Amino acid sequence: MEFARAHVLVCGGTGCTSSGSQKIIHEFENQLAANGLEKEVKVIKTGCFGLCALGPVVVVYPEGAFYSMVKVEDVEEIVTEHLLKGRIVKRLLYEETVEDNTIKSLNEVDFYKKQRRIALRNCGVINPENIEEYIAIDGYQALGKVLTSMTPEQVIDEIKESGLRGRGGAGFSTGMKWMFTARADGSNGKYVCCNADEGDPGAFMDRSILEGDPHAVIEAMAIAAYAVGADQGYIYIRAEYPIAVKRLQIAIDQAKEYGLLGEHIFGTDFSFNLEIRLGAGAFVCGEETALMTSIEGHRGEPRPRPPFPANKGLWQKPTLLNNVETYANITQIINNGAEWFQSIGTEKSKGTKVFALGGKIKNTGLVEIPMGTTLREIVEEIGGGIPNGKKFKAAQTGGPSGGCIPASLIDTKIDYDSLIEIGSMMGSGGLIVMDEDTCMVDIAKFFLEFTVDESCGKCTPCRVGTKRMLEILERITKGKGTVEDLDRLEVLAQSIKSAALCGLGQTAPNPVLSTLRYFRDEYMAHVVDKRCPAGVCKDLLSFRIDEGKCKGCGICAKNCPVGAISGQVKQPYHINPDVCVKCGVCMSKCPFKAIANK
Amino acid sequence: MKSLAELEEIRNRMRNQVNLRKEDESSATRIVVGMATCGIAAGARPVLNALVEEVGKRGLADVAVTQTGCIGMCRLEPIVEVMVPGQEKVTYVKMTAEKAQRVVAEHIVNGNVVTEYTIGAVEQ
Repeated sequence: MEFARAHVLVCGGTGCTSSGSQKIIHEFENQLAANGLEKEVKVIKTGCFGLCALGPVVVVYPEGAFYSMVKVEDVEEIVTEHLLKGRIVKRLLYEETVEDNTIKSLNEVDFYKKQRRIALRNCGVINPENIEEYIAIDGYQALGKVLTSMTPEQVIDEIKESGLRGRGGAGFSTGMKWMFTARADGSNGKYVCCNADEGDPGAFMDRSILEGDPHAVIEAMAIAAYAVGADQGYIYIRAEYPIAVKRLQIAIDQAKEYGLLGEHIFGTDFSFNLEIRLGAGAFVCGEETALMTSIEGHRGEPRPRPPFPANKGLWQKPTLLNNVETYANITQIINNGAEWFQSIGTEKSKGTKVFALGGKIKNTGLVEIPMGTTLREIVEEIGGGIPNGKKFKAAQTGGPSGGCIPASLIDTKIDYDSLIEIGSMMGSGGLIVMDEDTCMVDIAKFFLEFTVDESCGKCTPCRVGTKRMLEILERITKGKGTVEDLDRLEVLAQSIKSAALCGLGQTAPNPVLSTLRYFRDEYMAHVVDKRCPAGVCKDLLSFRIDEGKCKGCGICAKNCPVGAISGQVKQPYHINPDVCVKCGVCMSKCPFKAIANK
Repeated sequence: MKSLAELEEIRNRMRNQVNLRKEDESSATRIVVGMATCGIAAGARPVLNALVEEVGKRGLADVAVTQTGCIGMCRLEPIVEVMVPGQEKVTYVKMTAEKAQRVVAEHIVNGNVVTEYTIGAVEQ
């Protein structure tokens, strides 16, 4: 690689790729060639910068100019103005970085200021398809250190000492897991696996890590293999992540080529090989026993635990299974020491957590925060608040296994234990923000629909129980529910929680239970008053025109797709409820806000 | 990979290329070339290329070569400014590719300002 005076970093994560970053890379290459700059300026495709809402993102160094929502047509201007003449194109800069006509560093912007990037440290910094860039920023140093100067016991002690807990959801101590696997009898072989079967709706942090920094996971798996005494590893990743799979394969091939995977790594006796296994996208395969059954080539169904994978995992041999984000922390702990890691976070939850911020929030994207950051800081400061002046109603964490946190608990510190306490969970890191227009019964129904769909069917509580719960919720949203239905929901939920075979079933009722706990009045409005306060459940809505506010302009009647609105110009109009299909078009078109649906 | 030394070698070779992307530039030496119309017309591009090439060839870490617009003394272009943290800015004028190579070798590497090319010397 030649030395270049400027680097143009273009985000190649899934978010920016789908908003056209590939074309932008091509255009940069064309424009640079046209201006004779191809030797001085290098274009690098990186992983996710986190600010997906403003993609495609382009960052130009050494100035660190952060261009957002770049279009193909803008590239010429960036090349001829910025790269040729040295004038930053202010028009295209991320607006938050420009203040009083001066340009702030990215670290001072609200979105990044409160973040602490450990797992995401290389995402958006290096080219994930070039192992040498990873090595340049201390990549594979941790593996070198572990293999040449530490015993497996020392490695495990260091991880235990750091307080790192599994980032996949349950939060079990990573060091303990390594210790159990290390102690198990491995005379017939042992395995290390990586769970990259990210399935929660709205969660994409594991994908982004693998897309932006695949070597960090590979290096950590090699360290884990050394610590527990394994020589073969598998990364189980869903086939719907084509970019991640491709970069991971490139990374594995490069690591093999450089002798960082394979036989006698760093001239020691340690050998380790790594392979990718593709999942077909079943949510249950994110459960550890189902995942291993799937790797073995069988249908992905869970089995009872114990025996735990640490003793009997893949092909009945001791197996260590960690999540992508957990692995992404390992090299940093080895390089900087357990004490450094311990200094970040809260008493029982150390380090940082990556969240995929989505829903009704301005800065949709990927954020990494120290444990103990409050929900308010994430939503209002990092996330930039709720768009359109709406009010914050709740945040959902943990996906289909988690729960809703109401506005009254917005100052909750985010860590494993405080989230459990308020009836939610960390989960893998999806964080969906909801505003006043969200119906909580509808949200509970949405997540239950997901689990009913994804239930593997092996155990009855999950297969039949969640289906019955969904039927009750459907009844409620149709206005046919009763107060007794709410009690029935709770009883069913508790039995499923205690009787289901695996984590999927055991946690499936959580969205229902937490919404019942914090938004019972909303459920009551549905069953008693037959009313949906948020105006979402169609069967409970009736559209009416307020005669006092209606000016008789007739816009509603013109836009109604079924001709349900009639009236005389300059006289109040009327909606015929028998014809109305409750699409809501009239309400959004009315210039006088004269139409209500509640 | 047979040894740590081998890893170290790749790291050192690659480091100055990735260093460009650091947010914290306070420790970096900056070489700024005036690249407005006047600068380009006076031949700033070969100067810039020579600087980039020389910095790359010597594998200098923590050195950024960037451009800027018109500084205002168009008659003295091509102008190159060298900013070493903690030291006063040095302005070189009427630069050429050959002079640029010397500035990198003497000023950036060895810390000796090439006085004869500076604005003070040329203006006298």
